[in-house]
Amino acid sequence: MVTELPWDEATGTLRRELVGGMMNPACMHALEAALQIKEHYAAKVTAITMGPPSAEEILREALALGADRGILICDRIFAGSDTYATSLILSRAIKKECPHYDLILCGSYTSDSETAQVGPQLAEELKLPAAAYIEDMEIKERTLRVRRLVDNFRETLEMEFPSLVTVSLENYKPRYTKMEGLEKAFAVGDIITLTAPDLGINAGFIAANGSRTKVRKVFLRKADKANVIFQGSAANVVEDFLDQYENKISWAIGKDIEEEDLSDEE
Amino acid sequence: MKNKQKSIWVFGDYRNYFQNRVTLQLLSRAVDLSRITNAEVCAVVFGHQIDEYIMEYTAHGADRILAVDDPALKSYNAEQYVAIMENLVQERDPDVILIGATDFGREFAPRLAKRLKTGLSADCVGLDITEDGLLVQIAPSFGGNMLAEIVTPNHRPQMATVRPGTFKEIPHDYIRSALVEKLPLMSNMPVPRMRLVEYERAAEREHTMENAAVIVCGGRGMGNKKKFRKLSDLAKLLGGDIGATRPVVYAGWADHDALVGQAGKHIKPKVLFSFGISGAIQHTAGLGEAGFIIAVNKNPQAAMMKMADVAIVGDAGEVLHMLIKELRKRIRE
Repeated sequence: MVTELPWDEATGTLRRELVGGMMNPACMHALEAALQIKEHYAAKVTAITMGPPSAEEILREALALGADRGILICDRIFAGSDTYATSLILSRAIKKECPHYDLILCGSYTSDSETAQVGPQLAEELKLPAAAYIEDMEIKERTLRVRRLVDNFRETLEMEFPSLVTVSLENYKPRYTKMEGLEKAFAVGDIITLTAPDLGINAGFIAANGSRTKVRKVFLRKADKANVIFQGSAANVVEDFLDQYENKISWAIGKDIEEEDLSDEE
Repeated sequence: MKNKQKSIWVFGDYRNYFQNRVTLQLLSRAVDLSRITNAEVCAVVFGHQIDEYIMEYTAHGADRILAVDDPALKSYNAEQYVAIMENLVQERDPDVILIGATDFGREFAPRLAKRLKTGLSADCVGLDITEDGLLVQIAPSFGGNMLAEIVTPNHRPQMATVRPGTFKEIPHDYIRSALVEKLPLMSNMPVPRMRLVEYERAAEREHTMENAAVIVCGGRGMGNKKKFRKLSDLAKLLGGDIGATRPVVYAGWADHDALVGQAGKHIKPKVLFSFGISGAIQHTAGLGEAGFIIAVNKNPQAAMMKMADVAIVGDAGEVLHMLIKELRKRIRE
């Protein structure tokens, strides 16, 4: 996992060119799910990523694992895109390069913010039925049946192709890259790069249809901690602490905690 | 200059109520924010036979309730909810929509934001508002080590999902009243393309330390093995796991499986108790995603105390003893 990423103070964006070629663990699961479909059906798998030129390594890795082709969406004017803009740009690339797709698989979160927003927004952009956090898939004709665990409910859902899923981390454990696959991926891998002009996108388009959110500043997490200090006898501090923070604990344990100790009044 | 009543909407997410109290927590924050911009607080709730939630949301601070109660909505469906919400937003033009970051909220909110062509910040851990109504959304970024202040400057509504447990709900007041608008199901309701074939409440998920909601960590400050073992009473009470620092594992007070840190487990509990731990980087490296941290230590200057949300200065063993005693009295099963 990437836990510390370089932040560009001047532009207020992530310096993705420094992150290097590491496929997001959540996306590894999505790729694995795609590869398992390919093992059972006559499917072609296309890996798509948006990022700096170095992101091509991620696509090589995908090819080495079994993807058929890779698409790198790469342009300076895409830097700093929020999920709104990212999903729009991805949808343009998919419409152009894979117009006859059946299924889009996304990771269920991303390494830079874990927002999990890109998948559902891409589905909306392409007007697709979609299910998030899927753990298992079954395909019958053009019907996709998925199972998932959401908010403590185990759900079975069905939708028709074309559709979109985001793949949970519970299942579809990523396979290891074989050396020979890796060599081939670097030697003859089918990877294309799409720039903004290729997708009919210019600066004016980005201004009108691009990011809706703006990051005003970024700060270290601990600065946000209230760091409330309790001091005194153990009995008093425990009582004060529970009176003030019972909600934090009751939320974590899923049980109610009395805000005040009523036992004396009984 | 528009002269319309400003409105802050809270999406009524009632699945798993009453363990899931995120809607009530959001209503509470919405009430605070509404005072700054002189807005009304409006709860929006969809479903079938939802009078109970209308009553709860009223009691917890909503000024207005928009309710769509129809048998067609008896189970949660993101597509249908997006369509109804889109309709309502276009009709009424709210300034802010707050949604709990439950699994459903995280699926529903991004689609809705896209449909409304507006911004959304996810998993917020803080919300503020400026006098002219700009919602300041504090959200974790970059693997959780940093926080970002996010705004949606040019588009409305401003949307945010918020982690459960972020805000404290207002105690209920069943005398309160709200303007309840019961709205009919929209006539051009789309047939959902995603069909719910079956669903059931899930059995408990296989438990691992990495997905534990509560972890009780102990360090050398516990004094000895016998006192350290008392941590498991608290862990049991809270349904949590025991974590340990390296010196403690080396001393044989805890198993190697319990080691938290650089060389051990990386944990992300909602609540972390840290007893008698100084906070060496080898240990804190494993705490990147811990939610709410309570540290207990004799030394208020300890690094672990500085990075805690709540730092209790005192003897770890004594505080532990009192905490167990007090929680036994207060937890309602």
